[in-house]
Amino acid sequence: MDFTILILLLPLAGFLFLGLAGMKLRPRTAGAVGTTLMGVVTLLCYWTAFTYFSAGRDASGVFPTLMPWNTVWLPISGDLHIDLGILLDPISVMMLVVISTVSLMVHIYSFGYMKGERGFQRYYAFLSLFTMSMMGLVVATNIFQMYLFWELVGVSSYLLIGFYYTKPAAIAASKKAFIVTRFADLGFLIGILVYGYYTGSFTFTPGATTLAAAGGMIPLALGLMFVGGAGKSAMFPLHIWLPDAMEGPTPVSALIHAATMVVAGVYLVARMFPLFIGCAPEVLHVTAYVGAFTALYAAVVACVQSDIKRVLAFSTISQIGFMIVALGVCTSDDPHAGGLGYMASMFHLFTHAMFKALLFLGAGAIIHAVHSNEMSTMGGLRRYMPLTHVTFLVACLAISGIWPFSGFFSKDEILTACFAFSPVMGWVMTAIAGLTAFYMFRLYYGIFWGRENRELHAEHRPHEAPFSMTLPLLVLAAVTCVAGFIPFGQFVSSNGEAYTIHIDGGVATLSLCVAVAGIALATWMYAREQQPVADRLARTFSGLHRAAYHRFYIDEIYQFITHRVIFACISTPLAWFDRHVIDGALNLLARGTNGAAYLIRGIQSGSVQRYCIWFLSGALGLTILLLLIR
Amino acid sequence: MIHMEYYLIISTIMMFVGIYGFVTRRNLLAMLISVELILNSVDINFVVFNRFLFPGQLEGFFFTLFAIGISAAETAVAIAIIINIYRNIRNIEVRNLRKMKW
Amino acid sequence: MEITLELIVFIVLALFIGVSAILAVTTKRILRAATYLLFVLFGTAGIYFQLNYSFLGAVQLLIYAGGITVLYVFSILLTSSEGDKAPDLKGYKLVMGLLATLVGLGVCLWVTLGHDFAPEHFEHGELAVRTIGHALMSSDKFGYVLPFEVISLLLLACIVGGIMIARKR
Repeated sequence: MDFTILILLLPLAGFLFLGLAGMKLRPRTAGAVGTTLMGVVTLLCYWTAFTYFSAGRDASGVFPTLMPWNTVWLPISGDLHIDLGILLDPISVMMLVVISTVSLMVHIYSFGYMKGERGFQRYYAFLSLFTMSMMGLVVATNIFQMYLFWELVGVSSYLLIGFYYTKPAAIAASKKAFIVTRFADLGFLIGILVYGYYTGSFTFTPGATTLAAAGGMIPLALGLMFVGGAGKSAMFPLHIWLPDAMEGPTPVSALIHAATMVVAGVYLVARMFPLFIGCAPEVLHVTAYVGAFTALYAAVVACVQSDIKRVLAFSTISQIGFMIVALGVCTSDDPHAGGLGYMASMFHLFTHAMFKALLFLGAGAIIHAVHSNEMSTMGGLRRYMPLTHVTFLVACLAISGIWPFSGFFSKDEILTACFAFSPVMGWVMTAIAGLTAFYMFRLYYGIFWGRENRELHAEHRPHEAPFSMTLPLLVLAAVTCVAGFIPFGQFVSSNGEAYTIHIDGGVATLSLCVAVAGIALATWMYAREQQPVADRLARTFSGLHRAAYHRFYIDEIYQFITHRVIFACISTPLAWFDRHVIDGALNLLARGTNGAAYLIRGIQSGSVQRYCIWFLSGALGLTILLLLIR
Repeated sequence: MIHMEYYLIISTIMMFVGIYGFVTRRNLLAMLISVELILNSVDINFVVFNRFLFPGQLEGFFFTLFAIGISAAETAVAIAIIINIYRNIRNIEVRNLRKMKW
Repeated sequence: MEITLELIVFIVLALFIGVSAILAVTTKRILRAATYLLFVLFGTAGIYFQLNYSFLGAVQLLIYAGGITVLYVFSILLTSSEGDKAPDLKGYKLVMGLLATLVGLGVCLWVTLGHDFAPEHFEHGELAVRTIGHALMSSDKFGYVLPFEVISLLLLACIVGGIMIARKR
């Protein structure tokens, strides 16, 4: 498996090449280079997955954890060292497949979507950088390597959100994303340091004795790490950056802010899952409540947004909430008794990546056609864009949880796990699943049916996207259709042993019913040209509607806290202190030096004769002195 | 009988007259002339010491001989520099040479 | 102390040198300063003659009076226009220069005259040019062939340097 290092090195090489020499190339050439490299990487990932899973289980019935590469990168003291390497186990291999697939699709799609954009080469360079960082994150052999690549992912996300750097909104969004996630990463870093300090290593699997010695600090460390994960995965209340991140190019949203980077938090919890279960189950359950609240909050907000990318962004937040909940409701690592959620979460991560990427790419095709994100400029697009329409519908059905699309299977597992944890959690998550179906179909009808903006469409007739954009849509739609039938439990489960997925009849029926009800409600309200019910509801609950539309004023609260509280009460006095006391002291020093220099600079007259007189006087003085003391 | 001190007195006077000229004259060439005076006074000293104190040897004599040669060389280079300065600022007054100041 | 011819000659020379030197540094016309320098150099040559170093006196006349002074005069003529006069010295410079010079002169004379030199024994008689030539060209102890060669190199370097510095760019 030595070739796996290429999975990291090829995108890095692509980044360096395109970043340094890209502007010398023609845009199409640069794109072709990036895409070809990505294709090779994708093949390597598939080959890795194939060889890894076909190598079979070891004697204890689990897939072995392999480390084809691992080198000490930064020895700190004694046993504490930071390694860089590649770790292959079921979830990292699964993530490699997900990332490479989505990334390749985005690479191909961007050919059409980004055509003619300024900085096409730069765009592909950043995509390569992102892919490399994300791959490095998932194959990290230790928590610190994960952190390094975690930050790299954050940087490339920043660069890509701010890709249109002439647009103030994009710059603000990129800064917001970077600062919010960086703020959360502080928690992650502290968690890592606490972990490293008390266990004496950065490995994912410390020995039982070190764990016992670390004792009560492990839950604290894990909780802090989850803060970092919550930041990247946009958990409430750190979610505020994700909707704004939609200012980036749409394929980037598909790749980073839907399919790969935002699930890093989920992946982190899954990676630390044995520790969570072993040492801190209560922290794990806290994550479940955070996830559940986030899922509910985001779903409600998604119901009233009018920008299609924002709807998708909130739906992403909601779905990640589902994954976190699924991990959080685990009570043991036995998939048959309380450990089902782990598998469900990973399964949902896998299927969600595919259909959410599909949704975003479809949204990109629509935006490409009507040149706007607003739902009011759309409506009735099914006549103009049949292919996009069909693939988008597939994705909507999948995310709503309709059999036989992939989302049904993974969501069903999640709900089963939730019901096993507590009925309340189960019912809440089922309700959110229904809400999901409702807002997704509201979006679907708003785009493809409903009120058509005929004036705009007459003026500029929407057209189907070019082949380079529809191909990824078709591929992802095909994956979405069949991914549910993958025996996922055979590959990934909480304790590594094979687990056969079986559909719980009651839960499946319930979730299907809720999903269908949500869809039916959306159909009734939004499918027709006139939407009296929706308008009346919005009027009746205007306060709630407006609050939801403004995302319950969370951004404003942040604004208030940062500007009125932190800036006014802490930063301003500090700035004053810095400017007047510290700068003042330095200025005083500088002025003192300057003044002293002015005083004595007359001596440095530059006149040789004057120097000569002084020299002579000195020499004479010394001579007289010597004569006197003789 | 002329004592050695007489020679030394006249050379010392010459030396300090040269120094006075060096620190007071404004013209570069005049300063150079003062330097020549200083050199000359030293030459006299060498010769006098050689003649009066070490009559069998030739060190002072040769020192003076070489000093005369070297002063010729020094004058040539110094005058070349002065002419260059003159070409640049059309002047050889010291007070106009303020480029290197501060 | 009897007055001999030698002493009279010396006093005349000394006065000649002293007055010329003072005039050389105080005259306002630069060309006159060069002329007074020439007088000083003549006087110095006279002292060499009086010390029976005729060769040295000849060299002094040849190089200093004949070569260097001519160089001075030419460069003065090149760089000064007619009627150039040094301005009057004033204040600080005059006082400081005079003070430092006089104090230095006093200290030096005091030290020189107060010092006990080894007993002097003046030998009359000319230093033979043959001796000088042998010493200058010999490479054994008390031979000066190495400084002689070095000074030839130095002179070459000065010629080149003088041309390099003074030539028009």
